Amino acid sequence: MNALATAVGLVFDPYNLLVMLLASLYGLFVGAVPGLTATMATALLVPVTFFMAPIPAIAAIVTATAMAIFSGDIPGCLLRMPGTPASAAYTDEAYAMTRKGQAEIALGAGLVFSAVGGLFGTAVLIVSAPALAEFALKFSSFEYFWLVLLGLTCAIVMTAERPLKGMVTLLLGLLVACVGLGNPAGFPRFTFGSVELTGGIGMIPMMIGMFAVSEIIRFAVDIAPKALIVDQPIHNVFKGMWGLTKKYPMQILRGSALGTLVGALPGAGADIAAWMSYAISKKMSKEPEKFGTGHVEGIVESGSANNSALAGAWIPALVFGIPGDSITAIVIGVLYMKNMNPGPTLFTQNPQNIYAVYLLFILANLIMIPLGWWCIKVSKQILKVPRNILMPVILLFCIVGTYAINNTPFDIGVMLVAGVVAYVLEENGFPIAPAILGVVLGGMLEENLVTSMIKSDGNVAAFFGRPIAATLGVLTLAAWFLPPVIRRLRQAAGA
Amino acid sequence: MKISDAIFGAVLLLLGVAILVHVQSFPKIPGQQVGPGLMPGTLSVGLVVCGVLLVVSGWRKRATEPWTETADWMRSGRHLLAFVAIVGGVAAYVWLAQPLGLLVVGPVLLFAWFVILGVRPLPAAAIAVVAALVIWFAFYKLLRVPLPWGVLTRFAF
Repeated sequence: MNALATAVGLVFDPYNLLVMLLASLYGLFVGAVPGLTATMATALLVPVTFFMAPIPAIAAIVTATAMAIFSGDIPGCLLRMPGTPASAAYTDEAYAMTRKGQAEIALGAGLVFSAVGGLFGTAVLIVSAPALAEFALKFSSFEYFWLVLLGLTCAIVMTAERPLKGMVTLLLGLLVACVGLGNPAGFPRFTFGSVELTGGIGMIPMMIGMFAVSEIIRFAVDIAPKALIVDQPIHNVFKGMWGLTKKYPMQILRGSALGTLVGALPGAGADIAAWMSYAISKKMSKEPEKFGTGHVEGIVESGSANNSALAGAWIPALVFGIPGDSITAIVIGVLYMKNMNPGPTLFTQNPQNIYAVYLLFILANLIMIPLGWWCIKVSKQILKVPRNILMPVILLFCIVGTYAINNTPFDIGVMLVAGVVAYVLEENGFPIAPAILGVVLGGMLEENLVTSMIKSDGNVAAFFGRPIAATLGVLTLAAWFLPPVIRRLRQAAGA
Repeated sequence: MKISDAIFGAVLLLLGVAILVHVQSFPKIPGQQVGPGLMPGTLSVGLVVCGVLLVVSGWRKRATEPWTETADWMRSGRHLLAFVAIVGGVAAYVWLAQPLGLLVVGPVLLFAWFVILGVRPLPAAAIAVVAALVIWFAFYKLLRVPLPWGVLTRFAF
């Protein structure tokens, strides 16, 4: 209880509350501008949080991302352009509602059920994370090795339409993690005599490059014509929300639960949660023929799914240090910088920090309702902000922010290369999320692999010697080999 | 810009082989069978396999998918210029920031990017100066990042 009191003190500190308010406004703005994503918001926050205490730093990220995922719905509704990829699943639906004159209901449903989904995900986080942490205390290097490998496998299976391309970016990410002295033998790998490279390739410059610089490049070469804002007066967005809650309780619950689960699975985040949820909503609906014509049901379900995914992604990130999505991949980097290394000991040694994270999530999702309502009110002004002024300013901010982490121009070069590579890869259908996961988890995978090999004296059977390790190992191998086998069997049966 | 899977595959294949050859020179941990070459070695084998699979898939599709396909923006001079300006501008910052200083390079880069992206010159110049000053103030004064002064070192405060 003492820890809880400390946590309350940390969260309701005036400085922290001010950080949350500013982060909210920032998140709402970033989410509402098409082309700026929630992941980009997080990456741009890192240079600033670098100079904060741990709890305000986490508060800034939690609040900004929750707001951004909600406000991504706004341009989807008014411009038919998703503000963040997490809103893309139901952008056409929301726009169709606006055309029917129901923009208020679409925006209101996005706001209210975003908050509901976020709170649901938080509840699951609060209940499951400590239990998992207790379980994880028994883990040795064998279990961690399989867990990381299983997480990486998930990332490929979940995100890529073509697993081969996901595999490629994963391998490239893991190889990037190999650069430098940071390996179990302390041997300088792939440094080519460069002093800068002995420290490895910085994760933060890479993230800023992959998520911010690549988006700026995409904007600069975008040849699509400008979209027009639908001019429609928006009055009370909360009207009828209680009615929707009573009409679609099952949808809200299903969306939130699926979102949390997808979020917790490594590699898949809010955007995939929304797509899956929208598809399920349509499939299970009593009136599937209305989907696509401006029907609110799918927005209720997938709008809650993408926000619950945000909280879900923190479960494996806090307990195992395995990020559930690309936002928590950045968060893990921040946690290490703040000496809050993720893992089960975080729950036993610093419970006040964990309680504070729970409180931050609850608070962020609650203040989303008034602030989001205000954001909808001023959305037309936000959507008028000229992006040809915004993007260059963000680029200069990226440059200076990247430099701020280690005060070396080398990191700016890393950022640029990462941005261009990410842009080219994505243009050619290679998913980026597995690469990020590879970079974040490469060190952990290798450390546990080498430790296990040394412990077992090179005996591979030892990887299946403990019950949990064996289970995780079988699961991982099944995820690798079952899908192709099933495909073959189906083909054989069909032929 | 679309590039055939076969070309990606070939590049990955070469990269994989190069790494595989390179890691042979890595030492083992004394008294152990494993060493720093284990992980990159295993990964490079994976790259080689993926590279071969991509080459095969690209080769099969060679009739329908050309080796390289220029994206629409590459045929538009304005967009091509924007791409070059973004990438070249950041590279220029890496080289020029130390000798010239952020307060010189920042506004010039911003102005160039604004104009290329279609902002009118006069507002572009004003916003470039103000935005660079705000970013400089936030990082140099508030966050105490030692940003380079360059040619303005005499006036540093």
